[in-house]
Amino acid sequence: MKNKKYNYGTAILSAFEYLLKKYPEVFIIGQGLWSPWYVGNTMTNLDKKFGVERIIDTPVSESASTGAAVGASLAGMKPIVVHPRMDFMLYAMDAMVNQAANWSQMFGGQANPNLTIRAIINRGGEQGAQHSQALHAWFSHVPGLRVVMPSTVADARDLLIASVLCKDPVMYIDDRWLYDQEDYLPTIKEIDLKNQNPKISIKGKDITIVGSGHSSFLAREAAKILKKENIYTEVIDIRVLNPLKTSLIKKSVMKTKNLLVVDSGWTSGGFSAEIITKLVEELPTNCLKNSPVRIALPDAPAPTSKLLEKNYYTSTDDLVRATKKILKKLKR
Amino acid sequence: MNLKNIINDLKELSNPKKYHNPISIKNVNKKTLQKMLNTMIIIRKTENKLAWGKRNNLIGGPVHLGAGQEAIAVGVSQNLKKTDHVFGAHRSHSHLLALNPNFYKLFAEVLGKKTGFSKGMGGSMHLFDKSNGFYGSVPIVAGTVPLAVGAAMAAKMKKKRDIGVVYIGDGSVEEGVVHESFNLAKIQKAPILFVVENNLFASHMHISLRQPSDKISRFAVANNIPFKLEDGNNVVSVYKSSKKLIDSIRSGEGPALIELITYRWYGHVDWRDDIDVGVKRSLKDVKNWKLRDPIQRLSKSMIKLDIWSKKKEEILNNKIDKKIQTAWKKAIKDPYPSADSTLKYVYSKK
Ligand SMILES: Cc1ncc(C[n+]2csc(CCOP(=O)(O)OP(=O)(O)O)c2C)c(N)n1
Ligand SMILES: [Mg+2]
Repeated sequence: MKNKKYNYGTAILSAFEYLLKKYPEVFIIGQGLWSPWYVGNTMTNLDKKFGVERIIDTPVSESASTGAAVGASLAGMKPIVVHPRMDFMLYAMDAMVNQAANWSQMFGGQANPNLTIRAIINRGGEQGAQHSQALHAWFSHVPGLRVVMPSTVADARDLLIASVLCKDPVMYIDDRWLYDQEDYLPTIKEIDLKNQNPKISIKGKDITIVGSGHSSFLAREAAKILKKENIYTEVIDIRVLNPLKTSLIKKSVMKTKNLLVVDSGWTSGGFSAEIITKLVEELPTNCLKNSPVRIALPDAPAPTSKLLEKNYYTSTDDLVRATKKILKKLKR
Repeated sequence: MNLKNIINDLKELSNPKKYHNPISIKNVNKKTLQKMLNTMIIIRKTENKLAWGKRNNLIGGPVHLGAGQEAIAVGVSQNLKKTDHVFGAHRSHSHLLALNPNFYKLFAEVLGKKTGFSKGMGGSMHLFDKSNGFYGSVPIVAGTVPLAVGAAMAAKMKKKRDIGVVYIGDGSVEEGVVHESFNLAKIQKAPILFVVENNLFASHMHISLRQPSDKISRFAVANNIPFKLEDGNNVVSVYKSSKKLIDSIRSGEGPALIELITYRWYGHVDWRDDIDVGVKRSLKDVKNWKLRDPIQRLSKSMIKLDIWSKKKEEILNNKIDKKIQTAWKKAIKDPYPSADSTLKYVYSKK
């Protein structure tokens, strides 16, 4: 069969359609599900196709909606909670962290909250501190909560389906800055989230660049530019942040002997630290030719003002420069 | 839209075809009336200018405009002191301008300029003007509600007669923290006024799709908090009712709530009036609500009593238009915050 063209947003939509059609126990709850402004093109007409009983646009009640999804999952449903901005989701911390993540172990593995929390990173546009946060590092710190960040069109669809079918609570984080990507996808094949690992997006020999979500996208873009200058980057897309599997990254770094980690969260205490630490722990001493480097956001809330905002976020150019600096190929 | 399941506790107050007539301005002095009219006109024109700026891509960030809702902040603020602690939310231009009608500083802030209310670090959704009692507005719905309760508790601990004020929408009461705050305020006898701007919508959703009743003050009853329910587009009733409540709060009676029914003339965010966050909205309703115009209803009443005239209003309109024009031009030319500002303000100064 011929592959069909999707963008990141419609890939998510197709995953929702697939799940809703095939699994009657799937329902979606959250704010703005009927509004293109909140969820872009990822949920268009789902309410019309599947009914407002299954596509529930809620009151402004993140905490209750998320807690209710945890409860519904314990009673046999496969709920998906949508938070149109990760920042709004902070009202739901208890349901996610104290309840869902701990549930299985607290009760000796007798019950698993089979819910998916879709958290959208929605930054830029001079929206400022409370409408810009990328908090995947926080959630990756919590045992029991699987954290997924698809960076490609294929993963946007396939990891969403895998998340919903996984018996554990999963946080699926998509970034609005990825929505324009396009790709041709084959028909859906269900995959098991437990077997999903980091992937090599681009093969290379000179340096390993590791990222997740939008930062892997930046890494892929940077690799294209670097290639033109005969610098061959191996780009690794983390995909599943928690539990984190490092064997592929380790292998890559043993080959390239250089490491750049890119992350869309803040620098200090961020996810980049986790990757570098695990690698330093596991790699043979002196394996790296140069000190590992990370690129992440400055340790500051997102500013609103146009120019400050532009400087605040990471660009492909930042990655290109950092790579050359590590490889000592920066001409001054 | 399915409006069937709602309990219409607001009755005619929520009917856009009612309350179009001029208002009663009995027992309010001329000076106060003129000041309220003047401030409402300033706010209206400021919001319209921002809509124009957004429409013409001169403004980067989102703007939540409060045109049509001016009477609420203006009526309440006549009873406030500079030492009170006022908090807002995402739609707070009017809340701040009612305390300090400095539209130039608002323009500068919305444009991300160093000369703005928050030094260009906040934009439309993060406003601050402590010297006039405005302690902050932020876009997380209900985020400032417990903060305002705490500020009120502080005033009480310091044995000041100051009060806390927080503006909330009908949507905010869907957040649990608001109910915790009502309860805490009551049990602590915190001197706070909860000002509910009930415009019947939270972004694209009518209240009937979100709550079993359209009357927010039912939560005041549940917490034994004294309250008033008023036509929010009648600046005199807002002024008088909030005065009574604020007097009782200042005299140590604990929290109070005022619910004001109103409607926003623009969509939830930015300049269009025909959509709320991408979802179509009834222009017929908007048209009817515009007949419940807080400015025109006051102006007509004042003209009837011969304390105001069409001519005077024309002169005032022209004067404000000119000032707004000048302020906008100035703000546009103002400098952006320096590059080190992102890191500079993260922690307190030494
Ligand atoms: C915690 C949180 N959830 C959701 C949003 C998105 N949001 C912004 S304004 C708004 C509607 C608020 O409605 P209401 O309180 O009635 O105020 P209005 O916009 O009508 O002035 C929503 C849902 C948000 N900013 N914060
Ligand atoms: Mg509202």
